[in-house]
This record gives sequence, C-alpha cells and structure tokens, in this order.
Amino acid sequence: MNRHLFEGTRTLIRFILRRDRLRLPIWLVSFISISVIVAIAFAGLYQTNAERLAIAETMQNPAVIAMLGPGYGYGLKNYPIGAITAHEMLLMTAIVVGLMNILLIIRHTRTDEEDGRIEMVRSLPVGRLSNLLSVLVVLTGVNILLALLLGFSLTVLGIEGMGLEGSLLYGSALGASGLIFAGVAAISAQLSSNARSTLGLAFTVLLAAYIIRVIGDLRNETLSWFSPLSWVLRTEVYVNNYWWPILLTVLVALLLMGLALYLNSIRDLGSGFIPSRSGKEKASKTLLSSFGLVFRLQRTGLIVWGIGLLVVGVIYGSLFGELETYFDQIDLMQQMVILVEGFSLTEQFIPLLMSIIAILSTIPVLMSILKVKTEEKNDRLEHLISRAVSRNRLMGSYLTMSILTGFVMLTLSSVGLGVMGNIVMEENLSLGIYYSAAMVYFPAILTMIGIAVLLFGWASKWTGLVWLYLALAFFIVYMGSLFQFEDWVEKLTPFGYIAKFPIEEMNYWSASIMVTLAIILIIVGMIGFNRRDIGR
Amino acid sequence: MTVLRTVDLTKKFGDFAALDKVNIEVDEGEVYGFIGPNGSGKSTTLRVLLGILKATEGRAEIFGKDSWKDAVEIHKRVAYVPGEVSLWPNLTGGEVIDLLVKLRGGNSSHRREELIQKFDLDPSKKCRTYSKGNRQKVALIAALSSDVDLYILDEPTSGLDPLMERTFQEYIIEEKKQGKSILLSSHILSEVEKLCDKVAIIREGKIIETGTLKDLRHLTGTILLVETKEPILDLAGIRGVSGIQPRGNAMSFQVDSGEVAYVISYISQFGIVRIESSPPTLEQLFMRHYEVSDKTTGIGAGGEA
Repeated sequence: MNRHLFEGTRTLIRFILRRDRLRLPIWLVSFISISVIVAIAFAGLYQTNAERLAIAETMQNPAVIAMLGPGYGYGLKNYPIGAITAHEMLLMTAIVVGLMNILLIIRHTRTDEEDGRIEMVRSLPVGRLSNLLSVLVVLTGVNILLALLLGFSLTVLGIEGMGLEGSLLYGSALGASGLIFAGVAAISAQLSSNARSTLGLAFTVLLAAYIIRVIGDLRNETLSWFSPLSWVLRTEVYVNNYWWPILLTVLVALLLMGLALYLNSIRDLGSGFIPSRSGKEKASKTLLSSFGLVFRLQRTGLIVWGIGLLVVGVIYGSLFGELETYFDQIDLMQQMVILVEGFSLTEQFIPLLMSIIAILSTIPVLMSILKVKTEEKNDRLEHLISRAVSRNRLMGSYLTMSILTGFVMLTLSSVGLGVMGNIVMEENLSLGIYYSAAMVYFPAILTMIGIAVLLFGWASKWTGLVWLYLALAFFIVYMGSLFQFEDWVEKLTPFGYIAKFPIEEMNYWSASIMVTLAIILIIVGMIGFNRRDIGR
Repeated sequence: MTVLRTVDLTKKFGDFAALDKVNIEVDEGEVYGFIGPNGSGKSTTLRVLLGILKATEGRAEIFGKDSWKDAVEIHKRVAYVPGEVSLWPNLTGGEVIDLLVKLRGGNSSHRREELIQKFDLDPSKKCRTYSKGNRQKVALIAALSSDVDLYILDEPTSGLDPLMERTFQEYIIEEKKQGKSILLSSHILSEVEKLCDKVAIIREGKIIETGTLKDLRHLTGTILLVETKEPILDLAGIRGVSGIQPRGNAMSFQVDSGEVAYVISYISQFGIVRIESSPPTLEQLFMRHYEVSDKTTGIGAGGEA
C-alpha cells in the first residue's frame, strides 16, 4: 500500500539515527541534566512551606508573568515545590525544545535538499514522502523519549511534591511543545524554498507564539489560546495535573505534520510555495567592498533581530506600569531586586532587565562575528582572500559589523523599553537613563566578541565554546536572583563586572579594563588568523 | 621573465604531505598546464600560491614576491577561479561578478556585458538557483573581466558544456596573445594539449614530469602504426615497445625515442605494408605515467618498469 510514497522509510529512519547518534543524545542529556539540577536546587532552597509561599508571592508580578507565564496553585495551603520549578522552567525549556525540533527538522529536510542529498536519495527506490516521514517519526520518538526520561528522572529524585504523575506530565508538556514546533518547521520547509528562510519562518512562528502569550497573559486570556506555548502552561503541573492540554497539543501537532506531508507530496523537489524573486543584474555601490558584502549578507538578520529586541524592550517597558501598581501593594521583591534608598523602584528594576537584554543582544552580535566561520567552511572566504583583500581587512569588516550589531541591538531595546515605560508610568525617567543603562554593557559585549575572534584565529573548531559561555552568563543572570549565588559566580562572565546603572555609579575602571582585554583578545585572535591556513 | 615560481614547495597537513618538493615555473606569456588526478595536490599548490594556505617548507613566488607575505600586492594582478565555486546564495550572479571585480582593486568592467552574453549567463538570478556550470561561469566572468597579468585557474571548465568550453578556450588564447600568463590545472587533457605551452604532471604531491609538450613527447617516444604481411612475432618482448593495441589489420604501439631505429629494423623482417608515425597524445603520456607504477591495469605497461 502506498509504496510509491513511503517505500524505504524504515531504512531512512535508521540512517537519520545513525547520522545523529551523538547529536540526539546530547540534546536529551542536556535537557534532563538541567531540569534535574534545577529541581534539586529549588528543593534545597525552598524547604519549608513558608519559604515556598514567600517566593510564590514574589512570582505573582506582571514581569514574571510576562516572562514565564501565569502561576497557579497559590490558593493551596501547602504550595508544592513542583509548582515553583514548573513555573520557573516549563516555558523556557519548552522554547528550547521547540528550537531543537526546528533545527533538527530543517537539518534533515531543507538543508539536505539544498545540498542535493535528497535528490540522491530520491533517485533510489524510495517513496516521495519517505524522507519527511522518517524525520517526523524520528522526532516524534525523540519527543516521546524526552517526555518519559524527564518524567522518570524527576520522579526518581524523590522530592516531595514532585510525584510520578506530575513529573510525567511535565515531561509530556515539553515533548508536546516539541512536536508542535516539529510540525511548524516541517510546514515551513515546504513553504519556503531554502534552508535559511525556512529557519526564519519557523523562528518567527516560535517568537510570535511567545509574544502572543505574553500579551494574552497580561491583558486578554482569549488571545493566549492562539499560542501553543500557553496551552502547555495550562496543564498546571504538580497541582491539578490536567492532561487535556497535552492531548490538544499533540492533536494539533499531528495535524500540522499531516499538512506538511500533504504539501510535500504536491511540490517539486527544490521548490517552495513562496516563490523566490529574481534580483538585480548589477551590484549597487554599497555592496562593492568587503564590509559592503558583510553588511549585505547580514542585513536581514540585523533587521529581524533589531525588531525582535525592540519588541522585547517594548514588552518589558509595558510592564513598568503594572510594576508600579504592584510595588505599591507588595514589598517582597528583595529576592529579585536589591532595594536601595534614594531610587525609585523602576530605576532599581532597570539593571535586572538590562542584564537580560544585554545577553539577548549578544546573541546576534556573536552570530555576526561567527558568520566568518560559516563563510570559511563554505569556501567563500577564498573569493576575498584571493583578491586584493588582506586578512586584517576581512576580519575588520566582520568586527565592524558585529560591533555595529551590538550598538543597534542595545539602542533599539533600550529605546523600546524607555519609550514604552514612560508611556505606561506616571513617573517619567529620561531616555538617557535607559540608554546609559544599556550602553554600560557594551564593554562586556566587546569582550565576548574578543573571545570569539580569539577562538576563530587559533582554534576555529572550538568557536562554539563562546556560545556555552554566553549560556552560562544567561543562566547566572536568570537564576542568580533566585539561587542567590556567591559573588564569585557572578564574576565568572564579563556581564558580572558591569555596574548596575542607574543605582550604581558607572564603573569606568572596570569598563576600561574590559575594553583593553577585548582589544588584546581581538589582536591575538587576528595574529592567529594571519598565520593559519584558510579552508575547512 | 618568470612570473610564477615554486621552489621545493612542501605542504603538510599533520603528517600527510600533500605537496612534496614541488617545483614549477611559469614564464611571461605562457600557458602552463598542471595535470594530475583528483587528490594529487593540484588545488593545494594553487592555494599555496594564492596565500590561502601557508607553505610548510620551500618557497612560492609570484612576480618575484612571496605569495604568503605579499598576498594582497600580488592579488591585484592575479585572477583566480577556484575548483569548486561556492557563491553567496542570496546574491545574484551579476552582483557577485561586480563585487569580485571590485575587490581586486582594479576597475575594468569593460568586458562584463560581452562576457555575460558570450557565456550565456542570466545575471539577475540568485546564486542559490545556479547549477554548477552557472556558478563556474560567474567565477570565470569575474576573472576574465579583470585586467590582470596572471590567471590561476583550477579546473575552470568543469561543469561547462562543450560550447562554453570552446568560448573559454578562445578567451584564453586571446589573453595569451596579449602576453598574459596562465596557470591552468585540469584533467581534461585535450584542453591542456590545445592551450598549453608547458606541462607539469603531478602525482601524490610530487611532480613526476615537467617540460614543454614537445620535450615530453620526445622523451616518451613515438607512436607507430604498422601493418605487416606476416604477424610480428614477440612484439611485446622487443626492447622499448609498449602500449600495444591491435587496430584492424595493423598494430599500434609506442616506441621509446632511443629505440626507434632498432624497432624498425626488427619489424621490417615481417614485410611492412604500411607504417605511420605520430607523436603521443597527452593522454598517452599521462596514462603511461600512471600505468608504470600500477602494472595491474595491464594494457601497455611501460618499458622502463
């Protein structure tokens, strides 16, 4: 039956598992270890019910709701530790699970198609839909495995308030959101005609799902129903353990996958439903230099990330109004913000938001500088190096672009934050304060660039480490407020040396040290790049 | 005048010697053919010459300058077409051509339109949609519309159709007439034979033969096609004979240059009806080198083995 469509699926499934035999376990192990570590840490931090109720109270503010979704179970006499863990972790983990699914789907669909590998497979006695089906089957398996492994690992910890059913539901919520975004990515791969725009489309859906949920959770609950990310939050894990949201999510995911298969069956190999336009016959003057090229290649990314960070700024800014009201009622924010005399609560809240914004801004900055590695891997640096472009000028172009990116990101997000904040608040701060609070992070971003250049120059295989470092920085900022890390933990990344403007004075001393360090890292990296072979 | 030269050029990747004491020399106004099978070190040599890879030992010079240290200066007068052309998927062919020409520093788009038309390229298409042949055209057009003194071309016609191959050859001949030098790596031997003055054959990172085509042919000997009344006895056993192939009633074989007189006197006892002599083709030269060290392939194992 349907041999012309599905022949060879089983072999392809094995082939995908073989190709990803390291990649998949690494993803799974990372999810499980981080979840387990956080669960243990929370259980240690909030041992008594009183402590748990206190933290629950601090979580009921609009900022947290915007970031993590609404909490639940507050009416309970005994507020379970599971509810805290799930509230803190579920949404963020779901996003990363979604990310994993998107990346894996695209890797095995559009990327393979673009590189001509699917064509080779298709020329064999293999069904038209076998490739997509096998990818979907593998990812469904991965998500189910993730759900089960997570569920059992959390149960095994034996933490009171994190039972078997809740843990399995927690895992299933993550697995289900993974399935949804596998479906989204599979459809995106049919719609657009290349890997890059597929990624863009799928990410846009993921981001939109998050933003719709934010607005919905803050203003209008009906709106939230349009975002799959808020469905999984409705499970109220470890408190009410509702299973129907999982059912809903999985059902929709299966529909999406079915649609993707249908679309795949009616399109030609190598084409998409969104047609690609033809372009200019001649290059405009702005393209005609090595920086011009670098800028042109990253223009779309710059715009997309710019809008993204502007939106993040606006969302955070819109919180200020609600925060004002909220702070008037409750004064239990010690754990999130250090209270300092002489500053308004808004001012004291700015540094926390800015540290998150700065780390988010570093993502496009690092992507920008590391684009040079992608170009090298794809043998395109040769075109420049074999012409009258020196290696220093080449790296200089990438450096300029990444520094520009950092500047644009910090500017847009802080302006978004400031303008929106001033609209919703009675108290008005000058935009300069917001802007400076963002710009103080510039030295830290430069240092991250320096690390990337250093790795690229001397050990370009290991440039991925800089992402791990950034992830660590994010983890410390994000978790720091709740875990109450020792001082030295904060000092592990450059972001820990930044003054908490405006409640602290600008620290010119540490800023200049960081800039000097960044320059040294960049120079040393350049020396390495000037001495090595170019190529894969 | 020497335009390009390598002296004992050695390149190691870890323990593996991709190039082992390579010596080549290209003079002004010369087309230099660089031939060898896949993975023999052709591209590595060219990449060292362009300062993309750093030589482990030995020297590589272009215009008398060090190809690593003075890369940028050198590149102003050099056009390069890589073996595998990878382009930016979201730029159009036209944009890439303009960019690549501009990055050389020169400003010579005078031939751009002519070349685009001759090579039949649609410059408004995104590079993502180009086939291998079309990507190759983009790189060729960018190279040929630059005003340079030296062309370094790495298998420039791979992926081109025969018509385009001819267009390419016409341009190369024209450039040569203008005194430009060309280093052409290829494994399309008929092309090298048609275009090149000098040839170097590389194998496993070592140059095994180099010189003008005439020299090489002389060294290798002559191809004889002989028809005799009686079959020639023990032809394969004669000194200096190799590459025996029956051609209808006649036999074709190669004779080492020093043994021609002896071989002719030997075969004349069988009553020569017809005899034709011709220089060996490059293919015969090439195959001979490879068969010498790989006798298992059978046909025409070389005399000196």
